[in-house]
Amino acid sequence: MSEHDHHHHDHDHSELSETELRVRALESILTEKGYVEAAALDAIVQAYETKIGPHNGARVVAKAWTDPAFKQALLEDASKAVGTLGHVSRVGDHLVAIENTTGRHNMVVCTLCSCYPWEMLGLPPVWYKASPYRSRAVKDPRGVLADFGVSLPKETEIRVWDSTAETRFLVLPMRPAGTEGWSEDQLAELVTRDSMIGTGFPKTPGAPS
Amino acid sequence: MNGVHDMGGMDGFGKVVPELNEPMFHEEWESRVLAMVRAMGAAGAFNIDTSRFYRETLPPQVYLSSSYYKKWFLGLEALLLDKGYISKDDVASGHSVAPAKSLKHGKFSMADVERIMVRGKFGRAAPAPAKFKAGDRVRAKNIHPATHTRLPRYVRGHVGVVERDHGCHVFPDTVANDAGEQPQWLYTVVFDGRELWGPDSDPTIKVSIDAFEPYLEAA
Repeated sequence: MSEHDHHHHDHDHSELSETELRVRALESILTEKGYVEAAALDAIVQAYETKIGPHNGARVVAKAWTDPAFKQALLEDASKAVGTLGHVSRVGDHLVAIENTTGRHNMVVCTLCSCYPWEMLGLPPVWYKASPYRSRAVKDPRGVLADFGVSLPKETEIRVWDSTAETRFLVLPMRPAGTEGWSEDQLAELVTRDSMIGTGFPKTPGAPS
Repeated sequence: MNGVHDMGGMDGFGKVVPELNEPMFHEEWESRVLAMVRAMGAAGAFNIDTSRFYRETLPPQVYLSSSYYKKWFLGLEALLLDKGYISKDDVASGHSVAPAKSLKHGKFSMADVERIMVRGKFGRAAPAPAKFKAGDRVRAKNIHPATHTRLPRYVRGHVGVVERDHGCHVFPDTVANDAGEQPQWLYTVVFDGRELWGPDSDPTIKVSIDAFEPYLEAA
C-alpha cells in the first residue's frame, strides 16, 4: 500500500480511498463500454456469497465417512463422485480427494498464487493467499501446523500438495472417534474448512465449538 | 518468470495468522474486483493464466506490499490497458472516452453468471502418448523461463517420482502469452523433503507439484 493510501485511511474513513475510487472508475468504464452488465457483477458477488462455502465440502466428507462405496468413488474421481450428489453445488473437472490416515497427513497449498477448491470450500481465507503460508507450507509444514495449534506425531508423514495446475485438492480428514452411528447431517457439523485444507482437524464430539 | 510470487521455500515472512470469523470480503471494493476479473475473463478478454501472469509481473515491491485484491485490481487494469480493452484516457477520466473493443464471447450478462460458478475445463485430447507413467523417476528441469510458468523454483533440478497421471491439459506457459493451448500431459510428481531442502530437513515431509510434461526429464 502506498503512502497515499495510508494517508487516506488515516485521514478520514468516510472518504473513499484511492483504491476504491480506482475500482469504481474501472467498473464505470467497463459498463459504459458495454463489456459487462452492472447487474451481472452484483449477481456474481451474490453467487460467491451464497452458493459456495465449506458446507459443500463438509457434505462430501460426511458422506464419505458413512458410505464406503462413495468414499472409494471419491478417492478414484472426486469430480465424478461429487457430481452424483444432487444437494452439493456443481463442481468442475479434476477435483482430487486425498485421504488422511493415521500414518499420513495431507496439506494443500498454492505457492504460486491462490489455487483452491472454491466450489467445495468457498473463497480462500486471507492466510491461504498470503506470503507466510505460501512460502513455508512446502518447507516447514510442521511449523505452519503449529501456527494453527495443530501438532502431529513426529513419525506421521506429512504430504504437502502444491496446487500448481488446474487440479484442485480436497483433504478427506479422519472421522473423529466417538461418532459411531451418527447421521451424515450430524457428522457434517464436525467438518471444518481447515480440516479439508489440512491445517486443522474436524471438531471433536462434545467439545465446545 | 523468477518473480516474488514464486515463494515456496522462502524465509522471513513470519507466522501464519488465521483470522477468526473472517468475512468473505474485508471491503466492498474487493468483491467488485473479483466480479470484474471473472466477468471479463468469461467474456473472452483474457484467460486465467494471462491474468495470473499480469499479477506476477507487478513490480516486486508492489506485489509484496499490496493486499490480495489490490493485486487483482492492478493486474486487471494493466491487462485491459495492454490488450486495448481500455485506454489511458478512460482511466484518467474515470469514464469511457475511447471506443470499445469487441469481446470474443460478447458482453457478460446475467445469463452468464451461473456457468462461471463452476470452474472451467482444462482437460484436452492427447496430441501424443504420455512419456511418463506412475512410478517413474523424473527430474524437474533446471529451466528459468522469463515468461509465465507453473514450475516453481524450489523443485527445479530435483528428482521426484511420478505418482498420478491427470491426462492432457492446457499448457499455461503458452496460453498465458497467446501462443495457444498446446495441451501437455500433467502428472503429480512427489519429492522427498530431504531432496528439496537438504539432509537436515524433516524426514517425514513429502511435497508434490502437478507438473506438465515439458517441465520433466527422465532421471
